[in-house]
Amino acid sequence: MKSKLRLLLIDNAVVLLFVAIIAVAIPISAMPLKYLAQEILTRLGRNAFLVLALLLPVMAGMGLNFGMVLGAMAGQIGLILVTDWNVVGISGVMLAAIISTPVALGLGWVCGQVLNRAKGREMVTGYILGFFMNGIYQLLVLYAMGMLIPIATPGILLSRGYGIRNMVDLIGVRQSLDKLLVVTVAGLKLPVATYLVIAAMCAFIVWFRGTKLGQDMRAVGQDRAVATASGIPVERTRIMAIMISTLLACYGQIIFLQNLGTLNTYNSHEQTGMFSIAALLIGGASVSRASIPNVIAGVVLFHLMFVVSPIAGKNLIGSAQLGEFFRQFISYGIIAVSLVLFSWKRKADVAASREALRGGSAPASGPSKGGRA
Amino acid sequence: MERIREFVSDFGLPRIIIALFLVLLFVAAPFVGVSVASSLSNTIARFGMNGIMVLAMVPMIHSGCGLNFGLPLGVIAGLLGATISIEMGLVGAAGFAAAAALALAFAALLGYGYGKLLNRVKGDEMMIATYVGFSSITLMSIGWIVLPYQSPTMVWGFEGEGLRTTISVEAFWDKILNDFLAVRIGERFVFPTGMILAFCGAALAVWFFLHLKSGSAMTAAGSNPAYARASGIDVDRMRTGSVVFSTMLGALGIVVYQQSFGFIQLYEGPFSMTFPSVAAILIGGASVTKASIANVFLGTFLFQGILTMTPSVINSVLKTDLSEVIRIIVSNGMILYALTRKTKVAK
Amino acid sequence: MLSLRGVGKQYNGTRVLEGVSFDVMPGQIVGLVGENGAGKTTLMRILFGMGVIAETGGYEGSVLLDGREVRFKSPFDALAAGIGMVHQEFSLIPGFTATENILLNRESTRPNILVDLFGDRMSVLDRATMGLRSRKAIERLGVPLDPDTQVREMPVGHKQFTEIARELDREQVRLLVLDEPSAVLAESEAETLLAAMRKLAEQGIAIVFISHRLREVLEVADKVVVLRDGRLVKEAENESLSLRDLASLMVGRSFEGSSEARRPAERPSGAGFLEVEGLWVDMPGETVRDLSFSVAEGEIFGIGGLAGQGKLGVPNGVMGLFAAGGSVRLGGEAVPLNAPRRALEAGMAFVSEDRRGVGLLLDEGIDWNVCFSAMQLRDLAVRPLLGGLFKWRSDSAMRAVAEEYVRALDIKCTSVRQRAGNLSGGNQQKVCLAKAFALEPRLLFVSEPTRGIDVGAKRLVLDEIRRVNRERGTTIVMVSSELEELRLICDRIAIVDEGRLAGILAPEAPVEEFGLLMSGLGGRAAAPGAPAAPGRP
Repeated sequence: MKSKLRLLLIDNAVVLLFVAIIAVAIPISAMPLKYLAQEILTRLGRNAFLVLALLLPVMAGMGLNFGMVLGAMAGQIGLILVTDWNVVGISGVMLAAIISTPVALGLGWVCGQVLNRAKGREMVTGYILGFFMNGIYQLLVLYAMGMLIPIATPGILLSRGYGIRNMVDLIGVRQSLDKLLVVTVAGLKLPVATYLVIAAMCAFIVWFRGTKLGQDMRAVGQDRAVATASGIPVERTRIMAIMISTLLACYGQIIFLQNLGTLNTYNSHEQTGMFSIAALLIGGASVSRASIPNVIAGVVLFHLMFVVSPIAGKNLIGSAQLGEFFRQFISYGIIAVSLVLFSWKRKADVAASREALRGGSAPASGPSKGGRA
Repeated sequence: MERIREFVSDFGLPRIIIALFLVLLFVAAPFVGVSVASSLSNTIARFGMNGIMVLAMVPMIHSGCGLNFGLPLGVIAGLLGATISIEMGLVGAAGFAAAAALALAFAALLGYGYGKLLNRVKGDEMMIATYVGFSSITLMSIGWIVLPYQSPTMVWGFEGEGLRTTISVEAFWDKILNDFLAVRIGERFVFPTGMILAFCGAALAVWFFLHLKSGSAMTAAGSNPAYARASGIDVDRMRTGSVVFSTMLGALGIVVYQQSFGFIQLYEGPFSMTFPSVAAILIGGASVTKASIANVFLGTFLFQGILTMTPSVINSVLKTDLSEVIRIIVSNGMILYALTRKTKVAK
Repeated sequence: MLSLRGVGKQYNGTRVLEGVSFDVMPGQIVGLVGENGAGKTTLMRILFGMGVIAETGGYEGSVLLDGREVRFKSPFDALAAGIGMVHQEFSLIPGFTATENILLNRESTRPNILVDLFGDRMSVLDRATMGLRSRKAIERLGVPLDPDTQVREMPVGHKQFTEIARELDREQVRLLVLDEPSAVLAESEAETLLAAMRKLAEQGIAIVFISHRLREVLEVADKVVVLRDGRLVKEAENESLSLRDLASLMVGRSFEGSSEARRPAERPSGAGFLEVEGLWVDMPGETVRDLSFSVAEGEIFGIGGLAGQGKLGVPNGVMGLFAAGGSVRLGGEAVPLNAPRRALEAGMAFVSEDRRGVGLLLDEGIDWNVCFSAMQLRDLAVRPLLGGLFKWRSDSAMRAVAEEYVRALDIKCTSVRQRAGNLSGGNQQKVCLAKAFALEPRLLFVSEPTRGIDVGAKRLVLDEIRRVNRERGTTIVMVSSELEELRLICDRIAIVDEGRLAGILAPEAPVEEFGLLMSGLGGRAAAPGAPAAPGRP
């Protein structure tokens, strides 16, 4: 019983640690709880979908999908185009999603192909692929748009006549999903429509796990060799996991940006991957195991920390910058720590699984002892 | 024909394209009104500035730790050395020597811990190194704010809250190596003899070490850890040693960089140092498991050459600034190529 | 039902199987027995249409199923034809339940609208039906296996049952090949397995039972087929065979020609030079559990046994390459385990069976490969600089040493700078020997010295081992799967079975004695059911 409790504590150590940090930081920041609650409810709608996009690759054994920024780029391309065409409101959001779908699927396919060539180091490869594609994205958005791809709205172009400005005001689609259906509870505004989309996504993921493809992904994720031997098309399954993840990341980025209302053309996507991954890990997920509760807990905790830490830092040492660096440190640090822990755990598991074969602790004197197990 | 194909597959197509591209840039330069002399001078200066940081990749690749994405640790040690030297008010050669010595000492310390960590996460070094690097940069950013520095050159004027983002070393040891025995040819060409000598010295030290008994053990540990272990080598110790060595080179590299650049860049400065260095050694012909001093020289020259030439030449041709995009695509494309290629070969 | 007619196979001109013919009837259990390299694996690969067979030029003869010739292109074709195989290594997903594993990639599903859009893989798993199917398969087997337990939490026997149940779920399965299914099982589990096999046979399923545990084969099989050196040497009804017959058939070859080993009177004896006591080694696939033996100075001591029984674990454990325990003394002094350097410093050297993995630096030249260990250990080819402050590697001295060994061992190469990875197997092995000789050891472990090299090179390698023993007085411990080669040059031969010493024999001992020791019968053929005996004095 005691060891069970210990196991539970160890399993949730990260979550508990962050609950503790935040429990200390909130009083220091002296921020009104109602404000915090509203902030978190908004941010939950803004970010949860993006974090959900990470679940499938984890299931397929490909680790944290650092390549999700590809999806984010696809979503941004869609948003830039609908802004140019001046399609507004919820139909603008829908159209952006439709336009970016093939782009995301194409990028996801490329990403899957590349990762299949780098088995065992998917994460670092996906990470670099994100940077590489960022170059291609810049080529497209900074040069081709307005030059090769006609852009009619001068307002979003740079003054030189081609290339998209650093900031694009998404006034047309701004919060059109969030404001579709707002319910006020105890003075807090809930973006119910967005929540419904997220809930539908969760339902999809639960359903998907029960499908043949979902089962295959789990099998591939646990043991590629066995899956291959049983006739599961491993490479295809991995590509599909990444394609779905990229597509979801694309939709997630659209939801994220319609809430913010402005597109930071050359930076928005860069942070997406890291913040989503950090949130998932803070929610208690690991490189090989992630669930929907991890997503929800992670988004709430990560963003609480995000909101509170600058103010808390300022009140504590009189430096807002300190809090800013602190939260960056946490984002990077949590990823580093959980990668390290995962690596250790994997080695410890291998060692433990062989423990039974060692005769060290009780040198068997006869054939009866130690067994032939 | 066969020989050409062999050469291409040995040398790697991307490398050849990059080399040809650079040659093309130099050929095209005069036609678009870009001075070859000043371009070459710039290229050589940047070659010297970045060379030691590229060299910092070599020991870790040799011992099998992969690409040193943890370079920021070395850079942080370098920043600590430089800022403390300025804090002590040392100028000229003494200041530079103090900065370098302190940087090396910090690097040895950080590298040791970092090496121990990497030994426990074998196989996952690269991703972990990246994030350990990033988190130490942000941790150090907190450090730059809270550490009790006093020197008015470095501390923000009236706010008094931490160090400045960029610190000029003009009054201390600006270009101290560059100007040492510098050779001036014509109006636009300067050869920074001292800095190039420093680079060559560091390269010689690495070369010398790799030819020692212990250096050979490091190479064997990287080439085949199982073989090395069976030969009685403590592979973990070799790896730790290589990480310490790499980190120290990184620290020295950034100090040399600063004296040429004229500024110390704190806070998020170290972020931008890693990828160019990794990309450079790969362009020079190294892989995730093999690297030589020649790879360092060739790669640094090619990569820095492209960085220098594209803004001037391409921009004059296309009338637009593509250099940033080209830098991103070339450097990350090269790393991507190396990561996906090795698995294929290993099979 | 299944008939093999004159099946043969060569790999790159090396014949591994020739003219094998036998029949399997429905409901019959056929025991397939043979040493390592006898051709069992190749035969099964042919039967299952493994890609490696077609890639290396196909096979001779024909495989008939119900009287019609079949030529499977992949294992999946064989499965479709009703042939199931359970491999030695588990092929299970650890985080899946027994049911999920039994039905892996053959799950029952319910279609839905998305199936029409995106294909079959979008259908939803029908867990209820899956549970029924797996229960049915387990019932056919008649073993106590909970369908909802995750594989990682199962005892090893249940994993084996899960594997077999997976094959039984295929309705059309008629022939089951079990490759060493009892090797990992405890005795009670093995009994359950044998009972399950009989039950399946009663249901009309034919079983090919590959096992080195001859007692189990005799207990359960209706017919026994013995392969040796790629040929079928015996096909007989079970009743007509004794354990002793079977053992001698399996190992075969009555001692032909003159032994080149020393005559008994000339053999070194005396106090133990190498003394190993209570050794256990955690080497995957070659676990040593509890082993004690003693080697005299100047002796050539052989260690034999079937693959996977732990003989390879002995040198790897003593040299510190795998986690080990127990006590090892060399020349009276204790040698610490788990410390390769200490083992080398004590004067032991090791030529590993894993040439490419452990023995060589494939990317480096011959000079590096030969000299590196000796350089690290005893400063061979090292020039001190600045009064010994630095130890400089002298490339020219390394080349000189390497050239000497290239001449002495007749290594075929373009130069000593040639990469070891580009050498032929025989020459690679010579480089490994040179590496060990350069260490000038007092005791040399040689593991599988002739594996994967051609006949001429085998001869040379064995001669070299003997020469270093005679000329330098180096004590040799030679581990090999090839009994013949052990009997050719060793003074004494220990047989390891299931991680324990089965016995020590003189090279001229009758061949069936060796066979019995290898089959876990420890020379007690008269008393079937006895566990592997601890070492005979």
